[in-house]
This record gives sequence, C-alpha cells and structure tokens, in this order.
Amino acid sequence: MTVKLSKNQKDIVKIVKGMDKAEYISAGHRACQGCGEVLAIRLMCKALGKDTVISNPTGCMEVISAIYPTTAWNLPWIHVGFPNAGSVGSGVEAGLKALRRKGKIADRRVKTVCFAGDGGTVDIGFQALSGAMERGHDMIYVCLDNEAYMNTGIQRSGATPFMASATTAPAGSAIPGNRTWKKNMAEIMVGHNLPYVATCCPSYPEDMMNKIRKAREVVGPSYIHCLAVCPTGWRSTSETCIELGRVAHETGFFPLYEVENGVYRITVDIPEKRTPMDEYLKVQGRFRHLTPEQRAIIQNRVDVEFNKLMNKVNHSVPWV
Amino acid sequence: MSKRVGMEVTTACAEAAALCRIDVASVYPITPQSHIAEHLSSIVADGRIDAEYLTVESEHSALSAAMGASATGARTFTATASQGLIFMQEVMPITSSLRLPVVMAIANRAVSGPINIWNDHSDIMHTRDCGWISIFAQNGQEVVDMTIQAFKIAEHRDVLLPININLDGFQLSHMVEPVEMPDQEEVDRFLPEYKPYATLHPDRPITMGALGMPDMFAEAMMAKNSAIVNSKKVILDVWKEWKKLFGRKYEPIESYKTEGAKVLLVTMGSMGETAEIAVDEMREKGVPVGLLKIKLWRPFPFDELKKAIKGASVLAVTDRAVSFGGPGGPLFSEIRSALYDDPARPAVVNYIIGLGGRDVSVKDFIDMGKRALKAESKRPKEAYELFGVRAS
Repeated sequence: MTVKLSKNQKDIVKIVKGMDKAEYISAGHRACQGCGEVLAIRLMCKALGKDTVISNPTGCMEVISAIYPTTAWNLPWIHVGFPNAGSVGSGVEAGLKALRRKGKIADRRVKTVCFAGDGGTVDIGFQALSGAMERGHDMIYVCLDNEAYMNTGIQRSGATPFMASATTAPAGSAIPGNRTWKKNMAEIMVGHNLPYVATCCPSYPEDMMNKIRKAREVVGPSYIHCLAVCPTGWRSTSETCIELGRVAHETGFFPLYEVENGVYRITVDIPEKRTPMDEYLKVQGRFRHLTPEQRAIIQNRVDVEFNKLMNKVNHSVPWV
Repeated sequence: MSKRVGMEVTTACAEAAALCRIDVASVYPITPQSHIAEHLSSIVADGRIDAEYLTVESEHSALSAAMGASATGARTFTATASQGLIFMQEVMPITSSLRLPVVMAIANRAVSGPINIWNDHSDIMHTRDCGWISIFAQNGQEVVDMTIQAFKIAEHRDVLLPININLDGFQLSHMVEPVEMPDQEEVDRFLPEYKPYATLHPDRPITMGALGMPDMFAEAMMAKNSAIVNSKKVILDVWKEWKKLFGRKYEPIESYKTEGAKVLLVTMGSMGETAEIAVDEMREKGVPVGLLKIKLWRPFPFDELKKAIKGASVLAVTDRAVSFGGPGGPLFSEIRSALYDDPARPAVVNYIIGLGGRDVSVKDFIDMGKRALKAESKRPKEAYELFGVRAS
C-alpha cells in the first residue's frame, strides 16, 4: 500500500532524511510534556554537529538536562551561573582560539554556542550578551524564549507579552497582567551590527535548522531568537505546542525572519490576510482574562510592529 | 638570569603574569588595579605574549569569561579590586567548585558606602568563604613571586583551585619598587605548560556545572573543603622549590624578632614593613615586642600559628576590615578562635586600622605595642577597637 503524502509531509520526510542521526541531547531529560524548548535544542544541535561547545546559563534547559550524576548532553557543556551565558561563552571561545593558535588542541574549528532562556537573555544576562556580541566572538547566541521565568514558576520577564498573566504580573481586578510590551531582542541585536540575526521556532524545523546552519558558517557573532512554546507557563495543552508556534508566526506576532548583513527577509510565507490574534490569545490560559477591547489593543500593536518589520523587509539594503 | 629593575608594583604584577605565558587575560579596569589591566593589554598589543586579552564589560563578565577560558584548558589570569571583587562574588564560589585554576590579583581597596578608592581589606574579607586560596603580599617582590607561584599551585593536580594574590591598593600597588624580575627561561623551568585534568572539547564531551541535589550537595562542599585544606602541602612544596631556585623564602606566617617577645603584633599585607620599623625601635628601647606577618590567609595556617605564638603573652592583631556587629576584625576572630583550645593561649587584642586608606604610621604601631603590653595584666574591656578613630 502506498501512502500519499502532502507537500508539507514530503518536506518533513526530506528534512528527516538529511538530518544528523546522532543525538546530542538524549532522551531521559526532565522537560515537561510538549516543551518547545528542548525540541528546539535537539534539532539545533543536529544542525550544529559534533564540533560544538555549549554555554548554558541557569534556566529550564540547565535544570532538566544536567542533574548530577546524570547528563543528557553528548556535547561539551558548561553551566556557571544565571547572568553569564554570554561571558562564559566569550571565555570558551577565547580559550579555544588561543589554544588552537598555539597548537595545544586539534587544529579545527569548534563553534561556541550559548543556549539561554529569555530571563537569561533579555533581563539578567543582557549586559554579558551585549558585551560578547560587541567583542565579535565566533559564537552563536540562541535565546530560547518561553516568555517568562518558567523554571521557577512563571514569573514575568522582559520577554513576557503585553497583558499576559504571570505570577509576578498577575491578571488582577485593577491591572490586567503584564504591563510592558515584549522586548524586541532581535532588533537590539541588529543594532549590534551582527552579520546574522534571525528568529525561529521549532514549529518550522527546516527553517530553524537552516538558520542555525547559516549562523554556524558566520565567522563572528550571530544571534538567534527562538520562540519556545511552554504549555506549563502559557496554560495551553501540550499537544498544541507545534500548532501554537505556527499561529504565532501566521498572526505576525512572532514572524520568522532573518537579517543578513543588514538585509531583512521573511523566511516562511505569511498569509496575505494574517490570522487574527484572537486565535492565538484565546487558546492560552495566560490570556484568558482579556476582554475583547484588550485583545483589540494587542491586535493593533501587533499590526504596528509587523508593519515596522515589513518596512525593513521592503527597504533594507545590504551593508556591503 | 633574574634582573633587578625598578618598576611600579602593578606593572611588575602584569609582567609576572606575562612570564607565565598566560593564554587568556580577562580583565575589567578598576582603581587601583587599572595599571595591571593597562600594562597587560600593552604587553599583548605589542605581541610580547601570544594571548587573548578580553576587554570585558564588567567584573562579573571578567571572571565568568576567565572561567569559560580556564574550562577549555587555557592558562587564565584576571585582576580586580573592591566593588569589582564583590561584583565577581556571585561566580567566585562556582570557580572553586568547578575546580578551575584561575589566578587573580586583587589590589585591595575599601568597599563602598561612602565610596572610597583607597586601601583596606574589606573587599577580600567579603569574599572570604568562596573557596579560593588567598595569599597576601607585603612588597613588590612578593607580588611578582607570588603571582608566578600562584599558577603552579593552582594548576597542581592535587589542588585545582582558583587563587587570589592580594596587594594593598596604592600603598603597595602604586609604589615604584626594586624587584628581581626572573627571566623567561627561569620561569619556564619553574612553571611547565598547564596540563588540565578535564576540558571542554568535542573530542571528549563532558558536562561541567551540573545541578547538585540535597543528596550530594554536602559531599560536594566536603570535597571542596578537603581540596583547599590539602592544598597547603602543595603551597609549602612550591615555596620550598622557589627558595631553591630563586633564594627567596616564603612561609605561611613570617616571624620577625619574636624571640623573647611578650607582645606579638600581627599584620597581613604591606603594613608588615611599617610594623617592622616599629618593632626595631621598640626593641632598641628594650620593649619586648615582635611581629607575625600572615601570608597565607586561606587555607589558614593553624599549626604554624600555634608554633609562632609560643612564649608570647599578648597578641595584638591588626585588622583592615570591620565585621559589623561581629566579634571583631576577621583576622582577629580567626586567630582567637584558632587558639581557644590551646591551654597556654595568650591574650588576644584587636586593633582595626588603616580603613579606606587611613595612614598607619610607625608611631601607631608603637602605641599599639605599648597598649598591648598593658593587656598582659589587665585585659581591655572591649574585644576590639577602631584604633585612632575620632570619637565625634
């Protein structure tokens, strides 16, 4: 019997066939069901390959992967503290560079990669990240953004969406949840003049892995911002992890794009008529309290942000 | 052949680190350490050593990056002072837990509130229990020697711990002093290439910095404590070897004119040399006063202390930091507690001096010595005293 595959399914088969069969983060880790973050890491590591060293600050991925005496990592991996993925990564890169130049380790390129959560990136690790990017280390910094301090109980971060309910920004009768708009990290990283900046989501594995491969090729710093659906913190059902990531893109709330030497490009088609934000907000418990008027405010702001991005997509020119 | 040169002590410290063929320096400038950061960067800029110099954006990142580099197997150096050290403190216990032999020079400076850039020991005392080996220098020569020795001690397989070398800010760091600077060949003979135990490299992937649950955390602390306690043997061996090669002797506690002394002044850091002059003057007048200079602060030399105080009836311990609301200065508390079980324990009095760069003169030490003599028959009411502080 032959099974007829849709184009989407054929694409997935193609990706799976070309994938590195090695598992760099193994099964048995302690992530929640339906965790978008660990799924992203697994696929990203396959795109990175063996010659990788990981700097991982405190956060979900550290806690679920390396509880002594066990480890899920088949790559060299270091965790030091919460605010210093960027600076520890800087040192790793500098150490490898010096030792390679002096002939003390094998003469081949090993890429330094930071995997940090949104708290470790947009809040407490922001300065270390900025310094690392400014210094131009040969390093990929990946922010796995699940939009709050999920590891410690869903406290808000600078990446928490506007009016989402978090445990330190709860939806109360006077204040409807988080009072700030999500910090635009990708744009801040473009402001650091990085040769490559991209957003991604494990709901689009091929796009995500291609971006990681591209970033790996860059000799110098690059930044990837990955939306990682968190059923635990978003109060969504675990089987909707992939679907939610897709809706985030299709609404234009978290559009998938890349900025290569200053040129902006949308990498996954967005429908002409974008999906209304209601479809994204209504299926997540953290937005359950919102009134139609409040949802309209969010919709308006998403439209503004999306138009700002599209202006850059339509008008940016290469630096060189 | 060593060469006798006149040089600012910070410059000498940077030169010593360069002689150790460091692979990575990760330094954020702060007064009074800045000349170390500056001079080291010029050594790298002139291509005199093959090293990566990281212009980090904070002390937190300076030590974090130093740890990342050390984890790859690179010989790594950093330096700081005061607020910078306290900013690093979040990562300092992790450096020792990950057993990374980072060497750090600290140009000791007061801790802010009110802000003050001058010397005392409140910075290092804040970070006392981070599991670092901690050594105090009293002059430029000791800074050079101890910086080179530090790599050999830290990188020893039985140690693998970070070390800080303390040099008093300004009062030592900014002095131009004559130092015997060893040459490259001598240092190479003393300090071989670093052979790390475990490194971050894909050829042998390892996990560094895993989470410790309650069922093993205490064991990890015990392992770290054993490591630092046992490091004393290596420190003594390295100092013995140094004496053989360079002729300069180092001891955990240096005794000066202690024979027949009733009172022993106790100092740590550069004030030891001022105290020496005071002891000379008092001895000339027949006042039975001697001096102990503590070089090794962590691991604390308990046995050496018990031996060094034999025969004395009063210890006048000087501290350059306040333990607010505590039992007295940190060095005093340590010494008094170390001697509690000694049946022949002397009286221990505590003078807290030289805070935030306040000058301490020979006369001050003579006064302290005389007052301590009186404590032989009549103990002071208060355990400690902020010496020479205006009452209002």
